[in-house]
Amino acid sequence: MVKIIFRDKEWELRAGMTVRDAILKVGLDPQAVLAVREGKLINEATILRDGDTIKLIGVISGG
Amino acid sequence: MKCRKCGAIAVINMRQHKLALCEEHFLEWVLERTERTIKRYRMFGPKDKILVAVSGGKDSLALWDVLLRLGYQVEGLYIHLGIDSGGYSDSSLEYVERFAAARGGARFRVVDVKTEYGQSVPELARRTHRGRKPCALCGLVKRHIMNRVAYEGGYDAIATGHNLDDEAAVLMQNTLRWQTGYLARQAPALPSTHPKLARKVKPFVRLYERETAAYAIVRGIEYIYDECPYAVGSTTNFYKELLNQLESRSPGAKLAFYLDFLRARKEGRLTLEGDEPPPMHECEKCGQPTTAPGLCAFCRLWVQRMDSG
Repeated sequence: MVKIIFRDKEWELRAGMTVRDAILKVGLDPQAVLAVREGKLINEATILRDGDTIKLIGVISGG
Repeated sequence: MKCRKCGAIAVINMRQHKLALCEEHFLEWVLERTERTIKRYRMFGPKDKILVAVSGGKDSLALWDVLLRLGYQVEGLYIHLGIDSGGYSDSSLEYVERFAAARGGARFRVVDVKTEYGQSVPELARRTHRGRKPCALCGLVKRHIMNRVAYEGGYDAIATGHNLDDEAAVLMQNTLRWQTGYLARQAPALPSTHPKLARKVKPFVRLYERETAAYAIVRGIEYIYDECPYAVGSTTNFYKELLNQLESRSPGAKLAFYLDFLRARKEGRLTLEGDEPPPMHECEKCGQPTTAPGLCAFCRLWVQRMDSG
């Protein structure tokens, strides 16, 4: 399984899907978040591996 | 997905440019694109003294980093607004201090609104805006202080970290309400209209917010991630979300929306009320330029505060 973290929320998804699909699956907009694995930015086509922990970083700020 | 330049693993894919890049080439691309933007809109040159307004957020710290790397004469300005909720202003300042320390003591100054003027922005808003959100007031206070510091310090331009998403959201808001006066003043570089007013420039205006955030992450810039407590649920953020939905369907839609607006105006296809700057007067109290005779909006605020206090 893959753990997805965004702010104070967490999800568990199956491995094998892309970052973009995972973002859509948890109901977020791929334009509005970036994905980080082990402190490194990863692109949206990256295939998620079993045991991965992916931190999603929101990019919208300001008011 | 591979970097288009070197074939290494890409860290970002920018659909609007059909461009995927690795860490090294993405950092290089951001610097090049910012430099091209500075030149395209004649923002400033290598001899100019630049004041960059920093909030501790990703955009302004990334901009400060980029301008330093490009070799410009740049100094930071942090305006402490006194937002207590969760220690927001204090935390933001800590990020600015850490950023500067990590860059050999990059120069910056701090203006503390409460220390200098007697009340923090939320306190001022409670008095003068009867408890409403202080965002409009905050903008007015920041503009006044930026202008004052730039004039007193002899800076040629004030640079802010506004990115393309910020500009496209404001453009959408103003277009939906046909705010032609605001539309006329929306530009990547606003020239000085008075000897006491520095140029205002936005060197990140051709970068998506996603790219400035990616730059901060890849460069290892620590920034305040939490939103200003007053900006949560703001109208601008709502418009950004709408524009991102459009972008998902049609990559490049945000970029085209904003750049075509600039192009139409430049080519004279769009003439807006207020294209000519209004005559300026100097405020009777602080001496800063203002469009109406008497006190400027900032000084009126403090008179109002004293009257109501």
